[in-house]
Amino acid sequence: MKVYIDHAATTPCDKRVVDAMLPYFTNDFGNADSQHLFGRDTAKAVAEARATVAKIIGCNPNELYFTGSGTESDNWALKGVALHKKDKGNHVIISAIEHHAILTAAEWLERNGFRVTRLPVDNTGLVSVADLEKAIDEQTTIVSIMYVNNEVGTIQPIKELAEVAHKHGALFHSDCVQAMPYMKIDVKELGVDLLTLSGHKFYGPKGVGALYIRNGVKIDKLICGGGQERSQRGGTTNTPAVVGMACALEISQQEMEHNNEHIANLRDHFVSRVMSEIPYVRFNGNREHCVPSIANFSFEFVEGEGILMLMDFNGIAVSSGSACSSGSLDPSHVLLAMGVPIEVSHGSIRFSFGKDNTLEEVDYTVDKLKDTIGKLREMSPLFNLKTGGTYNV
Amino acid sequence: MYNQKVLEAFAHPQNVGEIENPDGEGTVGNATCGDIMKITLRIIDDKIVDAKFQTFGCAAAIATSSTATQMVIGMTVDEALKLTNARVVEELEGLPPQKIHCSVLAEEAIKKAIEDYRAKKENKQIDKKKIDYV
Repeated sequence: MKVYIDHAATTPCDKRVVDAMLPYFTNDFGNADSQHLFGRDTAKAVAEARATVAKIIGCNPNELYFTGSGTESDNWALKGVALHKKDKGNHVIISAIEHHAILTAAEWLERNGFRVTRLPVDNTGLVSVADLEKAIDEQTTIVSIMYVNNEVGTIQPIKELAEVAHKHGALFHSDCVQAMPYMKIDVKELGVDLLTLSGHKFYGPKGVGALYIRNGVKIDKLICGGGQERSQRGGTTNTPAVVGMACALEISQQEMEHNNEHIANLRDHFVSRVMSEIPYVRFNGNREHCVPSIANFSFEFVEGEGILMLMDFNGIAVSSGSACSSGSLDPSHVLLAMGVPIEVSHGSIRFSFGKDNTLEEVDYTVDKLKDTIGKLREMSPLFNLKTGGTYNV
Repeated sequence: MYNQKVLEAFAHPQNVGEIENPDGEGTVGNATCGDIMKITLRIIDDKIVDAKFQTFGCAAAIATSSTATQMVIGMTVDEALKLTNARVVEELEGLPPQKIHCSVLAEEAIKKAIEDYRAKKENKQIDKKKIDYV
């Protein structure tokens, strides 16, 4: 059995999306910026894709820019605003649990003379509005807080945070990569000035992202080049990818209610089985403010990479929030920010369910997880110290 | 990222557990770093006749623990003291560069267990002398 429970990493491309993309590789291959008929046809498809995405997030098509990834959009938003407004101020605010796209872009800004404040989170991964109030000052030009955290799924109070930023004359950006396909997003209702999307998280293609930039917001370019994207982002438009992204977003919005219910049922069944059948486990996240797809657990006395690999031997794909798997030796910055003890954080796994998962797959996963944790705990000196070596699940 | 030999050692580790009343015992590492290894040895006439391990750590840590215990069984304590982490890694036909440090734990745990054995032996001799004096 092959089971994929890592949808926060990426999702399979929907077959309907692939069908919509295919003509743009061969028949309709033109460069969207060419003046001739080949280019005009492609330009029309790109314009339609832009209009589709814009309508879904409630913006004007001329406020939406296609990019090469969510990471590029995040970099562009944070660096672009900070650099453009450096005469106004040199202070940038992010949260401690942002995706590495924002974290490392902020580090880059720090190396280039900017001041960065990283807002803390509570033990469920929530940023507090009061903390933003305390951190913001007249030097702050941009605040960037993700809508949904990618490791634990916690949903942030974006609307309230954006209000605080605006009250102090700062712009507000939100990385919404993990919010789609689970939430409806309206940029006006959220009150954001910039917003990041990524195609492959909602059953669309990889290698394409988007950045919403509210009309009136001035931002430096990140990718210099030709006149594409109204001269704001160089590089020949990836027509199949933007068509696929728009198609995927449209489908995912139409089917959201149905899919959310199915995914939440699977996740809740999984969580309740894990909590009742495996001892010494800790749920990381917020049970109330969360997307339906993610469940993050720490299994005490064992290490994440071993769990991941034994699950992999059983054909189950999950993700380790910890240290070793990524080749880096640092435990998850998200879990540490949430106050998870460092030794516990080492044994953390993110399970992220998708629309095509079945109850049978979830039960298989729990069964193999019990075996895996049991096997690793039998080997663990920490577990034997704690329990005297008896392990019954 | 791991080769087949490491995967095999991780999936089917040998000598897992703890020897009761061991002749030598060594625990190294700490939970914060994500690696702890405990090795217990049965030693008869300075020869290691059995070795068992318990490890909290990544796949590389578990694989090196298993392989190191297999390698020291049958060695004299002097031979085992000369076992380096490089030898263990060689036996596993290599580890990814960022995992080499995991193999150091096995070497250290074995050294510590042998030190423990020697300290215990000395204490026994001292105790014996005490009895002789009485």
